[in-house]
Amino acid sequence: MSTITEERKVQKRRDMPEEVTARRVFTFNDIMMFGAIVVFGILGPLLFPDYTFQIAVLWLMVLFAQTWDVMGGQMGYNSLGNIFFFGAGMYICTVTQVGLFTDVGAYTSSTDQGNFDFSTNQYYIGVFAGLATAAIGSALLAVALGWIVFGLRGPYFAIGTLGIALAAGELFGAWEWVGGGGGIPMPVYPGSGDSKSYFFYMLCFGAAVATFLFLKWLYSTRFGLAINAIRDDEEKAEAMGVHTLRHKTVAWAISAFFLGISGGLFGNMTGFIEPLEVAFPAPTFGIFMVAMALLGGSGTIWGPVLGAILFHIVKEATWTYFLGWQWVALGVIIIVNIVFFQQGIVGWLQEKYPHWFGIEVDRSGGAKEAAK
Amino acid sequence: MTNLIEVRNVSKSFGGVVANHDISIDVPEGQITGLIGPNGSGKTTLFNSIVGYHPIDSGSIKFKGREISKIKVQQIARLGMLRTFQQTRIYSKMNCVDNMLISVPHRNATFFDMFKPYPHELREKAEDLLAFVGLYEKRKLPSGDLSFGQQKLLEFAMALMNEPEVLLLDEPTAGINPTLINGLIDRLKRANTDFGITLFVIEHNMRVIMNMADNIYCLAHGELLASGEPDEIQNDQRVIDAYLGAH
Repeated sequence: MSTITEERKVQKRRDMPEEVTARRVFTFNDIMMFGAIVVFGILGPLLFPDYTFQIAVLWLMVLFAQTWDVMGGQMGYNSLGNIFFFGAGMYICTVTQVGLFTDVGAYTSSTDQGNFDFSTNQYYIGVFAGLATAAIGSALLAVALGWIVFGLRGPYFAIGTLGIALAAGELFGAWEWVGGGGGIPMPVYPGSGDSKSYFFYMLCFGAAVATFLFLKWLYSTRFGLAINAIRDDEEKAEAMGVHTLRHKTVAWAISAFFLGISGGLFGNMTGFIEPLEVAFPAPTFGIFMVAMALLGGSGTIWGPVLGAILFHIVKEATWTYFLGWQWVALGVIIIVNIVFFQQGIVGWLQEKYPHWFGIEVDRSGGAKEAAK
Repeated sequence: MTNLIEVRNVSKSFGGVVANHDISIDVPEGQITGLIGPNGSGKTTLFNSIVGYHPIDSGSIKFKGREISKIKVQQIARLGMLRTFQQTRIYSKMNCVDNMLISVPHRNATFFDMFKPYPHELREKAEDLLAFVGLYEKRKLPSGDLSFGQQKLLEFAMALMNEPEVLLLDEPTAGINPTLINGLIDRLKRANTDFGITLFVIEHNMRVIMNMADNIYCLAHGELLASGEPDEIQNDQRVIDAYLGAH
């Protein structure tokens, strides 16, 4: 090695005297953006108390887009079935909340729907225990399903995962123990409507921020490079000895972990869960998470966040002011995004201003051979 | 001298096409072994069989005395046998240094190693090796922006980063600017002498392979035609006929 080190030193002197640079987890731009979001997150419900629910859902959307991007953007596995973990988390959370204190089958039965009073303590213990089991349970489901579907590549993986989400909706609809198609009324929040909104708002906001910080850290480790390598050329990664299946499974389990939490939160916020519209809404939330990540720029850390915020604002605005045209508006966004703007907002910025992102480009123009 | 790779009576067919028939080859430790043959003679198929890319029909392949014909690509790679591709394969959206870092050996990687950062020494080593192949100036560029020849050099550097015991190179000089070939031969030889990596090289460029290899095998029509030192092979009438299409 010594001769090589000498050689590099010579080259270094000749080219650019620069130190080996480590990847920084947070850059200045990151901190500014992150600060703005935290400030809005805290002030939002205080300034716009009527919109607390909508802003809480916004944070869930941010979480959706980020968790989808772990697989879709960073690893190149476009899952259309991630909504499965949202619904699974919702059901696991509910069953835990109820099952800790009473018989689940009786609580969910059509004759006895929700006929049980939870004390304040029981309620809070149930919610937090439920969110924890939802997170872990969803992650374990991802490990089990990954073992089956990671043999699929490209479009087959997308369709295979979509199948899981659609099938889950139907299967839960037929499962009487968890209420079947009739759904389950959630335990009632022990307090006023406003305090309930605020309580779940903070949990949603916290979950989105925790997801962001976790992924930001994750992408700075060896794991980040490994899943990028799988995206760029999985066969090459295999030939180099990378534990590809291990990385793919963990990536999906991480997505599922946070999606499970979001499902548990959303179920409690709406107060009533049922399989097709609330728990496994593949055609709405399931597609939104893909559309939001693509709009913002998949494979980037900020893309899914910005995409989700923009998408949600447009969605809420059209729902309010152009009712009847809301699906048309979302369709137009998706089409324009896919046809003219595939790299998304942040992806476009990266191409236009690579130095903002610490990316170097070859300014010499031609294919100047480096080797002498 | 021990043989790192021992191929014995390996056959492989794709449907009715016999790509390899009853082939036996030894790759001795510490040497450079060449594999030549006209197009379609089964060289790449043999490489693919050795690294576990597809199952073989019959025969045995041993690496350091261990039978490897039944285990998977990734496991073989982690044993210390690596291959480069004829159509160069790199991670095109990642920059050169990241391409190098992800190529560190995964031999003893435990589950939790994947959440570790890369230590400073590995970054140093990545840059050293990029300098070794002459890509130090380009280290921060996305590797997909490099020219084809440069990508080949990067792929070679990535293989070195993995610290293999044996490296199977599929046409390392194909598509490389002729003026750079001498530099590449020099680097391949140094990988062998300085890093102690055993090389097994498919090559069409006769000047390159005759200059480099200690021992050469020649395939034709899926069968082993001849083997020996470069001089013997060069003057072997059967080899000359195979290349000129005498039969």
